[in-house]
Amino acid sequence: MFDVHEMEVNFGPQHPSTHGVLRVLLRIDGERIIDAKPIIGYLHRGTEKLFEHMAYPQCIPHTDRMDYVASATNNLGFVETVEKILGITGQIPKRAQLMRVILSELQRISSHLLWLATHAIDIGAMTPFFYCFREREQILDLFETYCGARLTLNCMRIGGMPDDLPPGWLEDLEAFLVKFDPAVDEYESLLTTNRIWKKRTVGIGVLSPEDAIEWGITGPPLRGSGVEWDLRRAQPYECYPELDFEIPVGRNGDTYDRYLVRMEEMRQCSRILKQCIPLIRQTPEGDIKAKISRVIRPPEGEVYHSIESPKGELGYYIVSDGKTQNAYRCHVRPPSFVNLQALPAMAQGHLVSDLVALIGTIDIVLGEVDR
Amino acid sequence: MNKALLTYLVWPVVKFLIAFVIVQVIVILMTWIERRVLGFMQARLGPNRVGPWGLLQGIADPVKLLLKEDILPSSAEKVAYFLGPMLPIIPAFIVLCAIPYGPPPTFTVTRINVGLLAILALTSTAVYGIILGGWASNNKYSLMGGLRSAAQMVSYEVPFGLSIVGVLMLSGSLDLVQIVRYQEANAWNFLPQIVACFIFLVSMNAENNRTPFDLPEAESELVAGYHTEYSGMKFAFFMLAEYAMMIVNSSLMVSLFFGGWTLGMFGLGLTTEVLRSWGFLGGLLGAVIFLSKVMVFMLIYVWFRATFPRFRFDQLMDLGWKWMIPLALANIVVTAVFVLAGQERLMYWIGLGTIGATLFYLFRPAPKRAAAREKVIHAS
Repeated sequence: MFDVHEMEVNFGPQHPSTHGVLRVLLRIDGERIIDAKPIIGYLHRGTEKLFEHMAYPQCIPHTDRMDYVASATNNLGFVETVEKILGITGQIPKRAQLMRVILSELQRISSHLLWLATHAIDIGAMTPFFYCFREREQILDLFETYCGARLTLNCMRIGGMPDDLPPGWLEDLEAFLVKFDPAVDEYESLLTTNRIWKKRTVGIGVLSPEDAIEWGITGPPLRGSGVEWDLRRAQPYECYPELDFEIPVGRNGDTYDRYLVRMEEMRQCSRILKQCIPLIRQTPEGDIKAKISRVIRPPEGEVYHSIESPKGELGYYIVSDGKTQNAYRCHVRPPSFVNLQALPAMAQGHLVSDLVALIGTIDIVLGEVDR
Repeated sequence: MNKALLTYLVWPVVKFLIAFVIVQVIVILMTWIERRVLGFMQARLGPNRVGPWGLLQGIADPVKLLLKEDILPSSAEKVAYFLGPMLPIIPAFIVLCAIPYGPPPTFTVTRINVGLLAILALTSTAVYGIILGGWASNNKYSLMGGLRSAAQMVSYEVPFGLSIVGVLMLSGSLDLVQIVRYQEANAWNFLPQIVACFIFLVSMNAENNRTPFDLPEAESELVAGYHTEYSGMKFAFFMLAEYAMMIVNSSLMVSLFFGGWTLGMFGLGLTTEVLRSWGFLGGLLGAVIFLSKVMVFMLIYVWFRATFPRFRFDQLMDLGWKWMIPLALANIVVTAVFVLAGQERLMYWIGLGTIGATLFYLFRPAPKRAAAREKVIHAS
């Protein structure tokens, strides 16, 4: 009478809360998950192979389309890697560096806002979704004013930035930041102390620090488990060493801690941005590009460089043969792909409702997982 | 035509039709109001295109649904699939007969002396349609939605019923008219029965599958739960039944705990006698008062929906069986003691105290918001 009746459910690839085209093959007993097997590849576009057939500057728009909700950081990772293999990392003008930091921190906020919106609506809280989009919209407007695009920015170039900031942009940014901190408080007032929210997130998908490191998990999920590892601090790039910010770290490694970490990260992003504004005002206008050859032909060699994207360690590995303007091989280490590995272990023994919370808390973007 | 036929057949049918039409209009309005109010709470507009302020959205939606293709999944159980949307709608509209909208006899459709029992019996059959629909769709998500709703509605039927017992003991009748008359002569029942009132509020949300108890149709988990496979008018019937049940439950709330059509306590204010002395217009005023109170509770549904995340299935069961039912039982015992001692009025102070404590809690000096934030260690 009490034998286990397993049922197999295809969770996705078309499902409201798989954040794109993730397919999870679930074996469930009633509502309890016995096994969850993520199946990926529905959005595979062969980006890495494409990179082998394009000149380095041509690759930048394609990096936009990997983590399409955080394209600025994707650009940043790629251009920095190419700069590293060219050996011009030190020549990037200060203004360009600050602009890169501003754009990627804005992008981090917008990515976290999208995460919060979808995470909350997955758990059933409808209103934070709209509140988050209200602020995200303003960030996208800022992007649009800068580079004309809202989502796929293509906003960085090897050796610097494509354009200087338009007049009045920094004032707009300041106006946004004034409104942003109270907005984060507003999201928190809806969720942080909400008993149902806590019931749904505390103790769900606990990831111990050891496990997290062994899985290779990075970004907020790793910090949520209590490991202080942020590449902006651990392997500083651009002008992050000059900026003052804190790395929030969780304690229990559950969904709730990951939520708190990301909320705090948004505040820290806003703090970084506030420091950048006076700094960038001190730099000469128009000094946004290093003086490098227009033809980019790196010397023979290989390089791996990684940055802290909103979702974790975003690494690029480029092999150059020294003869062509294309990479011989380009590999991307996407944080979502690596973080997604932990899903089966985290989901085991939880209920179907928790799976949704877990997919949300890992914060995957399928464009990046499948590339 | 003889008088009995007129009293027992013609008038009830006419009145039922009027009530039916009014409820239909409220349902149509409610779909619009809900979305507008949600929009207002969520920093957006809501539907504002069809008609003035989007008022005709409630008509545009059914028209669209009527014109949509009615899909029958090839592997569905045909008979059960058709029955699914019909079953919840029938009890929801029959129950409308048993609710007193205003001072009797003009503004009640029928007066049943076991009205409350009949209503409870009828409303609890609504779950069959959902289970049947979920099972017949032959879709795993629908099946899970159906199962969830079966467990949920059966569990919450218990505190729902138990919370009413205290009211019955106080007023000594199952007749809703009698209960309202008791309330205008004494205090509205939410004062002596504050706990029951709260339990009723929560379980009526659960009964209706509304947020935070909307697990059977949990959009982000089960796609659309039991009505995943339904389209067009069949889907609309599920929605219609849900909204009609919301109105029924809000009406019950108003009749049981908030004085029905009256605006008076301790025999003062707008009591039935006062309303009757103004003739038909007074009765109409009573009905308007009743419907306004109902709308307040409808808006509370919407407010809940905008505020709360969704429970998990096992947490929902925990809440029902481990908290609501014991609380409801304790409430019955306490009420019984007070009623036996003939000291019902002492219970008002319990109600006032609870309300005062709640207000104090809500308007206490702002708590330190950083409390939760400090859980995150700051390393630098």
